[in-house]
Amino acid sequence: MALELRINGTSYEIEAPVGQTLAETLRGPLGLTGTKIACGEGHCGACTVQLDGVPVLSCITLVHTVGEREVTTIEGLHDHPLVDAFVRADALQCGFCTPGQIVSAAALVEAEPAPTPERIRHAMAGNLCRCGTYPRIEEAIQTWRD
Amino acid sequence: MARLIRTEKEVEGRYTEQWVVVEEDAAIDQWPAGPRQTVGQPAPRVDGPERARGQAIFTADVALPGMLHAAVLRSPFARARVKQLDLSRARESKWVLGVIGPDDCHVLTSEPGFHGAPVAAVAAADPRRAREALALIDVEWEELEPLLDPEEAVRRKELHEDPRRYERGDVDAAFATADVVVEAEYRTQTVLHNSLETHQSVCRWEGDTLEVYISTQWIWGVRDDVAEALDLPKDRIRVICNYMGGGFGAKNGAHDQTFIAIALASQTGRPVRCALTRREENLATGNRNATIQRVRAGARSDGTLVALEGEFVNAVGWKGWSGPTYGPMEMLYGCENVRTLTYGAKLNLPPNAAFRAPGFVEGTFGLECLLDELAAQLELDPLELRTRNHADNDLVDGRPYSSKNLLECYRRAEPHWARRDEVRARSDGAWRRGVGLASQIWYGGGGPPSYAWVRVGGDGNAMVITAMQDIGTGTRTAMAQIAAEELGLPLERVRVSLGDSSRGPYASISAGSSTTPSMGPAVRSAAADAARQIVEIAAQRYHLEERVLSLRDGRVVSADGGSWPLEEVTGLLEDGQILGKGARGPNPTGMQVLTFGIQVADVAVDIETGEIRVERIAAIHDVGRVINPLGAQSQVEGGIIQGVGHTLSEERLVDPATGFVLTQSLDAYKLPTIADVPEIVVDLIDIPDEHLTNLGSKGLGEPPIVPTAAAIVNAIRDATGADVRSLPVSREEMLRALAEAREREKARGAPAAV
Repeated sequence: MALELRINGTSYEIEAPVGQTLAETLRGPLGLTGTKIACGEGHCGACTVQLDGVPVLSCITLVHTVGEREVTTIEGLHDHPLVDAFVRADALQCGFCTPGQIVSAAALVEAEPAPTPERIRHAMAGNLCRCGTYPRIEEAIQTWRD
Repeated sequence: MARLIRTEKEVEGRYTEQWVVVEEDAAIDQWPAGPRQTVGQPAPRVDGPERARGQAIFTADVALPGMLHAAVLRSPFARARVKQLDLSRARESKWVLGVIGPDDCHVLTSEPGFHGAPVAAVAAADPRRAREALALIDVEWEELEPLLDPEEAVRRKELHEDPRRYERGDVDAAFATADVVVEAEYRTQTVLHNSLETHQSVCRWEGDTLEVYISTQWIWGVRDDVAEALDLPKDRIRVICNYMGGGFGAKNGAHDQTFIAIALASQTGRPVRCALTRREENLATGNRNATIQRVRAGARSDGTLVALEGEFVNAVGWKGWSGPTYGPMEMLYGCENVRTLTYGAKLNLPPNAAFRAPGFVEGTFGLECLLDELAAQLELDPLELRTRNHADNDLVDGRPYSSKNLLECYRRAEPHWARRDEVRARSDGAWRRGVGLASQIWYGGGGPPSYAWVRVGGDGNAMVITAMQDIGTGTRTAMAQIAAEELGLPLERVRVSLGDSSRGPYASISAGSSTTPSMGPAVRSAAADAARQIVEIAAQRYHLEERVLSLRDGRVVSADGGSWPLEEVTGLLEDGQILGKGARGPNPTGMQVLTFGIQVADVAVDIETGEIRVERIAAIHDVGRVINPLGAQSQVEGGIIQGVGHTLSEERLVDPATGFVLTQSLDAYKLPTIADVPEIVVDLIDIPDEHLTNLGSKGLGEPPIVPTAAAIVNAIRDATGADVRSLPVSREEMLRALAEAREREKARGAPAAV
């Protein structure tokens, strides 16, 4: 079934079978592999993208439900200051969860440029990191404008 | 000249002796202690931007032309026999290109011994079609009675190996002389690694060479596993792992998914990806096995430990190894009389795998909680008890330590420990607060063989080349720092090429806290070889003696004050290159190379609901020289956070009747989130081990998780008087321990503390 997706400011026309997720579409035919799939069932946050600025789990979002909403993936945040903040604060180890962390954090700081630690912990609790970079993530989000 | 030596190698507490050849290089002295130009300075990860931007290509992202996707049929039973396996309907499906069963691949089985054991597999162009095709495989199962209880397995002698017995001194006589004896039974749960990148491999035949892209902690181990299983010459297998999404001990070998992908690639003539789902990951890729620990300690009234005794049951699962749960009891204290007995129970449960300091995390929980129960009986300060029983040399085999600064760790723990009156005083209503501590001992010395090359081009930029892997611990950065320091180059002029067994020399496993202590000295020695050649060239070009020349700040510097940019010297070669090579030397003969530390935890416990909050952990560890303080701090924090999960929330649950694994998904299995993290204070001793290599660095990956559970549980006792005896400390366990403490106080006629 054909559809049009708007991703990071560019339109794409694709064929996708009914039932295909947004994450599968991004990673497969579109080759945008920055979005990771770590659980595939909406529990870990690694696949987080934004739809019109709202963080969603792309592994449980059917691609045909996206409609005209703008998809922002980690590739669209290439030059976001959070990238540099995460690297400076050492807020990544293996890096598999990191794109999802940054996409979630970008939505947070867009709404709230200087979130409190409590707000950060609330907003980021859906993004798991097994390496345990959480203290550094908190620091990165607190220092992203430095 | 190449030098042949015999040396001892340790990985995860398992020793082997081996011959190694090391380059006869002029002995390189260790750098003086303390931060240098680059080594010892905090460095953001050199590969941080690629990883953060999602540009790093993990095995999960490898897509080869024509690649098929595998799906695996797994046993739904903990123990069963496949009476009949009919693959014909799957073979006939128009979506299916390959089908394999136990006759086609040695890791597939018709007698599954655990829930999740692989039985058959299919390959299709689309991962969904592959998963759907599993329903076309017809299996007639005969379900068999599983053995799930480790104590029952010990009774029936269903063991992986003969019981391990150890004794030194005269334990029975020593207990008879003790003024105080404490004993307890501790239990630890099964914990799942849950690396965010699941186990996965992509395999492709290129002519007669097999390419294996795999998420692994050891590309050379994969090469050896595959060569042995397929009876292929080792260099006909190329293993590639450029970026890797976490391992924690579960990714040390080729694993089933690699052999399934190879069999399907051979059958179809196409590249095949075999990637486990999260649920498969939590069934079939390993775990930290549960333990039962019956432990006893005897001491004189002044706190001198006279005897320690432990019986340990490791609930290993169907395959795996019986880990060193006994290790801390034998090694941590200067106790003359120690006896341990360890069983590795063979159960119809998923196989275990090394998990960040296997055995020592579990054994430290039992031993260090017992020590605090002893301190309470003796009315002695727990830190004082540990200081009094400090081991001055290794009592297991009488060897001296290559270096040990545990007493310095204890000294630096004092200010954290001294806060306990103030912390207790902050108890408020039902919320009781307290402080606990626990010591740490673990390996981490690494060893040979490990090799590196350093290439310096005409532009004066350097490339470290070695076929190691960076599993997310920051080893690319540490290796670049070491080479930059030796070459006198700024960090940004050094790059690191790794992750390909066909494009670099043999390198160490990234496990057992051994990457930096194994690879770092090889990289330094290769960089020193390159530096020596540059000095030789400069001496000839500028008519100076070599001994007056050195490399500093990107320049060749003469003792008489002259200096030239490095690229002016190397530029003489135009596109020629200087190639330095280096090897890891042997470990110090007759010495025990170990890491040490202590952690101090603050907790708050709600004595009405059993809720526990870890509020602060101070971690002081002695791991020799620190290469990158920024990455080291992250490693310590990460280890502690996994330790907090191990202590409070993580547990693989199994139906006790059937052996069916209930916690396969990440909503059922409770990993720590950012909201669960305490304040963490990291203090590394940073004194080079003068006997260990040209660096004096030990490993850091595992030590930080070792004492965390015991420190938290000891803090719970400090806060509430309750003796927690099993992990995780669920609400039920906390309330049970609180009720028991109340009963004990009542029986003693004392006013209840809680």
